[in-house]
Amino acid sequence: MTLQALLVVAAALFGVGLYGALSQQVVVMVMMGLELMLNGVVLAAAAMWWFLAPDPTGQVLILVVVAAMTVEMAMGFAVATLLHRSRSADMTDMATDLSR
Amino acid sequence: MTVLADVVFWVLAVIAVVAGAWVFRFDSMARATYALAVSFVAVGLALLLVDLDYVGMVVVLMMVMEMAVMAVYMIMFMGMNPALMPMSMVHDNRKAVVAAVAGFVLLGGGALLVPWPVRRGVPAPDGTAALGEALMGSKMLVMMAVSPVMVATIVAGIAIAAPRGRYDRLGDDLDRGRADDPQPGGVGR
Repeated sequence: MTLQALLVVAAALFGVGLYGALSQQVVVMVMMGLELMLNGVVLAAAAMWWFLAPDPTGQVLILVVVAAMTVEMAMGFAVATLLHRSRSADMTDMATDLSR
Repeated sequence: MTVLADVVFWVLAVIAVVAGAWVFRFDSMARATYALAVSFVAVGLALLLVDLDYVGMVVVLMMVMEMAVMAVYMIMFMGMNPALMPMSMVHDNRKAVVAAVAGFVLLGGGALLVPWPVRRGVPAPDGTAALGEALMGSKMLVMMAVSPVMVATIVAGIAIAAPRGRYDRLGDDLDRGRADDPQPGGVGR
């Protein structure tokens, strides 16, 4: 188990998540892609912490990333609920006007 | 011990990546959710291998609960059979694959080619205690920032997702004398 090995696995997770975030049409599946990307970020941050500078600052940074994941999911669910309620939409293609 | 840790790490790494990939291959959104939970659990357990006991357990517990909520959410709102429903709901699949592969090659190549510096310092004997002391001491500002963000998230989530807000109850100008509720409450005065 080396720094490079952990970072390559993290890159693979990030790549898979990026594919999901870009390709999926269902809002919740897009959120799953974003979660996978952040999963890779958490693993990469843990690798950096352990192999480069194992002081508490790195752990605090990882906790911030985990908190960001929580906020992303909570707000994503809330927006998806509102979309479903207001226009029965669960696909990103049905809400493209929100990007304007 | 090192060999055992290596074996466990690679098993967890394969599980994390393969389960992550299956998230977008399953024909059932409920199963996709479970696959994502498996991926998170594998990463959480991998964190335990680098002595991130607290963070690893937080990731495992939080993500298992989060995926449970997500499964319930999808079954409630998506109107899909959570067991088996063939689906292929993608757009720009080719571009997404190219972007994902390019991202992996860029990040993975960087990880392998960058001359990483040597480790500075040693981990604290009790990493969890060190993290707690940091959060309650020199890194208190982080907790002070994250806490209101979490509260704001709760308030904003409820405000966005609530079916009826104060404007529905009291009118656009909030000047309706009596709230327009489907089930009137109070004592009738």
